[in-house]
Amino acid sequence: MVTGEWLDVGRLDEIPVRGARTVQIPGGEEIAIFRTGDNRIFGLVNRCPHKAGQLSQGIVVGHSVACPLHNWTIALATGEAQGEDKGCTPVVPVRVDAGRVLVSRAAALAAAA
Amino acid sequence: MDIRLQDFMMDKGGGPAREHLVVIGNGMAGCRAVEEILARDPARYRVTIVGAEPHVNYNRIMLSPVLAGEKTFDDIVINDRAWYDDNGITLVASDPVEAIDRETKSVSLRSGKVISYDRLLIATGSDPFIIPVPGHNLRGVISFRDMADVDAMLQAADKGGDAVVIGGGLLGLEAAHGLNLRGMKVTVLHIMPTLMERQLDEAAGWLLKNALEKRGQTILTGADTAEIVGETEVEGVRLKDGTLIPASLVVMAVGIRPSVALAKRAGIEVGRGIQVDDHMVTSDPDVLAVGECVEHDGQVYGLVAPLWEMCRALADGLTERHTGYRGSVTSTKLKVSGIDVFSAGDFAGGAGAEDIVLRDASRGVYKRVVVQDDKLVGAVLYGDTGDGGWYFDLIRKGEDVSAFRDMLIFGQSYALGGGQTDPKAAVAALPDDSEICGCNGVSKGKVVATIEGGACTLDAVRAVCKASASCGSCTGLVETLLAVTLGDDYSGERTTKTMCKCTSFGHDEVRHAIVERDLREIPQVMQELSWSTPDGCSSCRPALNYYLLCAWPGEYRDDQQSRFVNERMHANIQKDGTYSVVPRMWGGITNPRELRAIADVVEKYDAPMVKVTGGQRLDIFGIKKEDLPAVWADLNAAGMVSGHAYGKALRTVKTCVGSEWCRFGTQDSTGLGIKLERMSWGSWMPHKFKIAVSGCPRNCAEATIKDFGVICVDSGYELLVGGNGGIKLRGTELLCKVETEQQAMDYCAAFIQLYREEARYLDRTAPWIERVGIDYVRSRIVDDEVGREALTARFLFSQSFSQDDPWEKRAAGAERELHSPIGVFQPAGSFPIAAE
Repeated sequence: MVTGEWLDVGRLDEIPVRGARTVQIPGGEEIAIFRTGDNRIFGLVNRCPHKAGQLSQGIVVGHSVACPLHNWTIALATGEAQGEDKGCTPVVPVRVDAGRVLVSRAAALAAAA
Repeated sequence: MDIRLQDFMMDKGGGPAREHLVVIGNGMAGCRAVEEILARDPARYRVTIVGAEPHVNYNRIMLSPVLAGEKTFDDIVINDRAWYDDNGITLVASDPVEAIDRETKSVSLRSGKVISYDRLLIATGSDPFIIPVPGHNLRGVISFRDMADVDAMLQAADKGGDAVVIGGGLLGLEAAHGLNLRGMKVTVLHIMPTLMERQLDEAAGWLLKNALEKRGQTILTGADTAEIVGETEVEGVRLKDGTLIPASLVVMAVGIRPSVALAKRAGIEVGRGIQVDDHMVTSDPDVLAVGECVEHDGQVYGLVAPLWEMCRALADGLTERHTGYRGSVTSTKLKVSGIDVFSAGDFAGGAGAEDIVLRDASRGVYKRVVVQDDKLVGAVLYGDTGDGGWYFDLIRKGEDVSAFRDMLIFGQSYALGGGQTDPKAAVAALPDDSEICGCNGVSKGKVVATIEGGACTLDAVRAVCKASASCGSCTGLVETLLAVTLGDDYSGERTTKTMCKCTSFGHDEVRHAIVERDLREIPQVMQELSWSTPDGCSSCRPALNYYLLCAWPGEYRDDQQSRFVNERMHANIQKDGTYSVVPRMWGGITNPRELRAIADVVEKYDAPMVKVTGGQRLDIFGIKKEDLPAVWADLNAAGMVSGHAYGKALRTVKTCVGSEWCRFGTQDSTGLGIKLERMSWGSWMPHKFKIAVSGCPRNCAEATIKDFGVICVDSGYELLVGGNGGIKLRGTELLCKVETEQQAMDYCAAFIQLYREEARYLDRTAPWIERVGIDYVRSRIVDDEVGREALTARFLFSQSFSQDDPWEKRAAGAERELHSPIGVFQPAGSFPIAAE
């Protein structure tokens, strides 16, 4: 279903708490949607700025995710690598409405471009 | 707008010129709005309030104390009949509005009555959300929203029996508390892992769950309702996992939705709620809305405080003051007597937000405040909510807290009291009889005397006077006292390396505490040991998950989200995001059927490479995460199970051909290898674990660089431990020599269990043995026969829970969500297709 600027991609409870699910963009970069322990939702391009690890497969703690490949810690709100590491992955605006997860259509189209 | 004009026309004598304000909803918002208007200009409007309920205006948020028997209905009435009469308000009760006609500016009621308005105020509140599971309309299924619901619950409670409350939020827990006090056996079903997850974090949610369970309630988190069973009356609730919970009453308290149907039918703009501007005016300038039914600036509210602020803005607008509503910061307090929970603002934080956590295990206190840009933005308090009001005030005012930031967590009196902004000075200024360690009752004077008596490290203080030796929450205080007392002589260094930045305890201390103090869940460990972060980090969570799994076999529920990707996916992630798959080949022996199945998988899924591993297995590379369950199903069909090549677990048992074929072989090394692998596969360990069995001292299976190696000799079996062929090459040390195959198996089991119970997470056997010494290991396994047998028994007991193939479950459809995207975006059609 399309609601204006937002794409409905599924139910919130389909994403595990302290985990992530992905949205595939054929011909584009996959989006990772994270759900934190306090039930917040964040979207990032599913690619670590270091060696392109799939952030969706990392361990989510607080509001950050540890990349599964080399344990870089990425802030979910900004996509920025934390600590000594430098790099940033693009943020994808997401929000929840009535239990549905919505992804910014513009960002999804940008990822597909 | 023609309000001014009407003002002039108004006839105070009660003539026709007074504007008629009709309020839909006789609840808290509707009546409060009228009160606010009357306070500003009592003669301005002729007011009619239309309500669906038969009652006068009552305080809906106090229904919980009525249910709990702490208050009566009369106690919670806000405005009695006299108020309506005194203010000339017409109350139409028990007659809900069915339609709004904006053309004729009138509303029609269920009774057929039609009332015209000049101004209409919609205050319909919210509707309980009923999950549409089968059986949701059976008799005995109710919501918790109004006095009628409370009456229904009280009637059910009179008969006693079992009640199920679906929803572990504020409302559900208050309903459960009331029913519990009324003598029903209550089970709360909550779909999320944390109770009240909108208001609480994991730590506070766990404390709350614990406290409610102690009061006799059964709390099931992660419980997904499949159906409500019964013929005409409710008989029970069945969960998606098949569990059936008997119940004669089911209370659905899973949430509320703004009640917008009436406004929507009238063509008024509706989003999640009825859309209003800052003056609570809807898309129709003559129609206003207030309370839980509205959406303001994208926000809807389900709490009472915003409602008061909205009513003020509304009344100002209706009397030409136009202050405007700017949205609300909300706070929540759970109304369950004896349990203090408070949450306010944005405790989830964001970029640049910093957590300050204080835990006091002996008092059951957890406090967390969130500071961002020198301002307090959120707070969660459990057990001691005395400073809730102060924190809420700081959040609302957005005050700069940098001056007392370090003291903030200790509360208002401490932070603003002594003017001590340097924590060191504050500690130094404490009187000698002030208590430092609440667990062991140690005063400041005693700690200082202990330090002056020669204890110059934290560990020494702990050993001598027991301060900080229990929950550890006073560790910081003791360390400050060490620094203050010793001055430059204090090294500041601890002798024990802490587990991670989240705790002041080392791995061994944490493991010890888990067993000694019967700690059963990750949030419980974090609370009891005073973790300084709300939910740990990516290094302590996997460690705690393992320690609990090891300590409580068969009882602890593995937390998948605390596992590294490989263990969660049961395959090894590669740098391109695909996975490699290694099926188990017992002892390195295979057959045509298995080889054919592997070859078929390689072709069917286009695996770009198959490799023979160092542990005598076949590794299939390049499998996509979506294909993993199908690959596993194909391998399962040929009789193969997971090889755990991805786990901190037994990897492989490497063997040589032994006496069956080799002219030098002394024993059946392949046979023993297969038996060892059958015994120990599937067990989780601190790190990966490799075994090898060589049939003679020529050692073709390279047993001398494994975690556990066996070298067969004519007279029996040499058992070797602690080898490693990795970064740091280390040869094994001889544990002992045994005579029979059974002994070799029993000693192996005992050694693995000792390693499982005593090594630190991510320690291979080599560094562990270097630390504790081979003599210690011998003393436990070789010299202590009773102890060895107990270790072996504990290992085998633990194995009875862990030897089911994880691949088989996934291939059968378990945890499908781990293997598929939530959606696929289709740029051509511009809509995503759900992947499942």
